[in-house]
Amino acid sequence: MEYFLIIISAIFVNNIVLAQFLGICPFLGVSGKLSTSTGMSMAVCFVITLATVVTWLLNHYLLVPFGLEFLQTIAFILVIAALVQMVEIVLKKVSPSLYQALGIFLPLITTNCAVLGVAITVVTKEFTLGGSAPHMFGLAESAVYAFATSLGYGLAMVLFSGIREHLALSDVPKPFKGLPIALISVSIMAMAFLGFSGIV
Amino acid sequence: MAAKSNITGMALCLFLVCLVCGGVLGAVYTVTKQPIEDAAAAEALAAISEVLPEGGEISSVQQAGGMEYYTSTSGDEVKAYAVKSTAGGFGGPITIMVGVLPDGSIWNTRVLSHSETPGLGAKCTTDEAFISQWKGYNGSFTVKKDGGDVDAITASTITSRAYAKALAQASALVHSLEGADADAASGASVKKEEE
Amino acid sequence: MAGKNLSLITKGFFKENPTFVLVLGMCPTLATTTSAINGLEMGLATLFVLVLSNIVISLISPVVPDKVHIPAYIVVIATFVTVLQLVMQAYTPGAYKTLGLFIPLIVVNCIILGRAEAFACKHGWWESALDGIGIGLGFTATLTVIGIVREILGSGSVFGWKFISGDGILAFVMAPGAFMVLGYLLVLFNKIAKK
Repeated sequence: MEYFLIIISAIFVNNIVLAQFLGICPFLGVSGKLSTSTGMSMAVCFVITLATVVTWLLNHYLLVPFGLEFLQTIAFILVIAALVQMVEIVLKKVSPSLYQALGIFLPLITTNCAVLGVAITVVTKEFTLGGSAPHMFGLAESAVYAFATSLGYGLAMVLFSGIREHLALSDVPKPFKGLPIALISVSIMAMAFLGFSGIV
Repeated sequence: MAAKSNITGMALCLFLVCLVCGGVLGAVYTVTKQPIEDAAAAEALAAISEVLPEGGEISSVQQAGGMEYYTSTSGDEVKAYAVKSTAGGFGGPITIMVGVLPDGSIWNTRVLSHSETPGLGAKCTTDEAFISQWKGYNGSFTVKKDGGDVDAITASTITSRAYAKALAQASALVHSLEGADADAASGASVKKEEE
Repeated sequence: MAGKNLSLITKGFFKENPTFVLVLGMCPTLATTTSAINGLEMGLATLFVLVLSNIVISLISPVVPDKVHIPAYIVVIATFVTVLQLVMQAYTPGAYKTLGLFIPLIVVNCIILGRAEAFACKHGWWESALDGIGIGLGFTATLTVIGIVREILGSGSVFGWKFISGDGILAFVMAPGAFMVLGYLLVLFNKIAKK
C-alpha cells in the first residue's frame, strides 16, 4: 500500500516538473518531438533510479558513519557524472540499439538537476504518506520513489511534446513564438495537475 | 588511444584538483561548524522560549516516544514541556514546537516547518484565530467537522487535522511522562494540576 | 579598457541575459521566485558561486588536460557550492531553509558550467571575474523581477510590504504562476528586444 502511495504521489501529486521544478532545461529543450522526448524520458528513468540507489548507499554506508554529510553535494554529483559515463560505455558494448536510441541524451543527463535533486531529496527529506508517521525513506522506498518520479517526468514530457507538436503548426503571435507559448502551455498543464493535490 | 603519460597526467590533475578542493572544504567545514551549531541551537531556543511560559530553566534535548522534547524547570519542579511533534499534512510533514503544561494542556505553539499550500494550509502560521485558540487548549484535539471542538482554517481541514494531531501527540507524550513521574513521586502531578 | 570592462558587466542584463536570451538555469528561476526577496537571495547565491568558479577555472584551465576538463570543473563548482551551503547554514539559516534543495542544485545550474566552458577557460581571471559578475547580476536582476511580479500578483505585496488586505491570486505563488509569469515576461522581452 505504501509503495502504491509513493508511486501515485510521485507521478501525479508532486510531479517533478510541474510541481517541483526539477529538470526543466531538458524538459523545454528536447520536448519538441514526441520521439526524442520518449528517448529522453527512458534515459532519465534509467539514470535517476540507478543514481538514487547508488547515492543512497553511498550516503548511508560512507558519508553518515563518518559524519561527512556536508560532502553530499560534491560526492553525489561526482557519482552521478561517473555513473552516466559508465552507463554510456556499457550500453555501447552491450546493446548498440539501445545506445542508438538513448546515447545522445546521456551526456545531457549529468547536468539534469532532476537526477541530483531526487538523490538529495530522498536522503534529506522526511515523507508522510496516507497519514503514516513521518520517516526517512529506506533503500527500497527510495528506489521506488526515484523510479516513480522518473515516470512522472516521462509522463509530463510526453504529454507536453504532444502539445508542442500541435503548437508548432498553429498560428501564434510573433513575440509568443517558441519558448513563451511553450511556457504558458506548461502553466496550464501545471494547473491541471494541481487538481491531483491532496489525493495522497 | 591516449599515450600513457597522458593518462597519468589526467589522473594526476584530477587528483590534485580533488585534493585541493577537499582541503578547502575541510577547512571551511571546521571554521563554520561552530557557527552552524550555534545558529541551529539559537533557532531551537527561540522556538522553545516562544512556546513556554516565561522563566524556568530550559533543559537540553531529551527523547521519548520517538519525539524530541525539552523541559522547563524551576527548582526541582517541571513547569512545562516543549515537544517537537510532526504530523502529515496536505503537502508533507508539518513540524510544530508545542509548549505543553504538565496537565497536558497547550500553552503555545509554533510551526517549525511545513510544505502546505500557500494561502490555504500555509495559513496555519499566520491565521490568528486558528493559532490563538490553542492557548490554554485542553480538549478533544478534533476539528469540528469530525465532531470535535477545533475551529479549522477555512478550506484547509487536512492541515488543521494534522496540526491538531501533532498537538495531541505532544499532549499524550506529556501525559505519559507525567504518569511515569507520578509513579516515581506520587501526588506530584495532582499538585501541579492545581496550579 | 574601462568600456570593455563595463560591457562585460552590463551584457548580463540584456544582450546575454541568462534567463531570457540564453534560457539557462530555468529550475531555480521558476522554483525560488515565489517572492522578490527569495528571487534576490537565489540570484546572489548563484552570483557567489559563478564569480568564484569563473576565477578558479580561468586560472586552472591552462594546466587541465582537455579530456578531463569537465570533471575538474564540476569538482571546482561543487566545492564552491558546498562552501556556500556551509556559510549560509552558519550565517543566514533562514534563507538556507527557504531556498532548500535549490542551493545544492546550483552545481547543476547550466549557467555556471556554461560560462566555464564558453568564457572562463578562454580568458584571464580578471575578465572571467567580470563576466561572472555581469552574468550573475543579470541573473539576480531577472530573478528579482520575476519574484516581484509573482509577489504582487500572488500575495499583494512587494518585498514583504503588503498593499492589499487579504490574499492575492494564489495560483501565482504556486507552480502554474511561475511558468505563466516567465512566459509573459519572455514575450515582453522579445517584443522590446526586437524593436
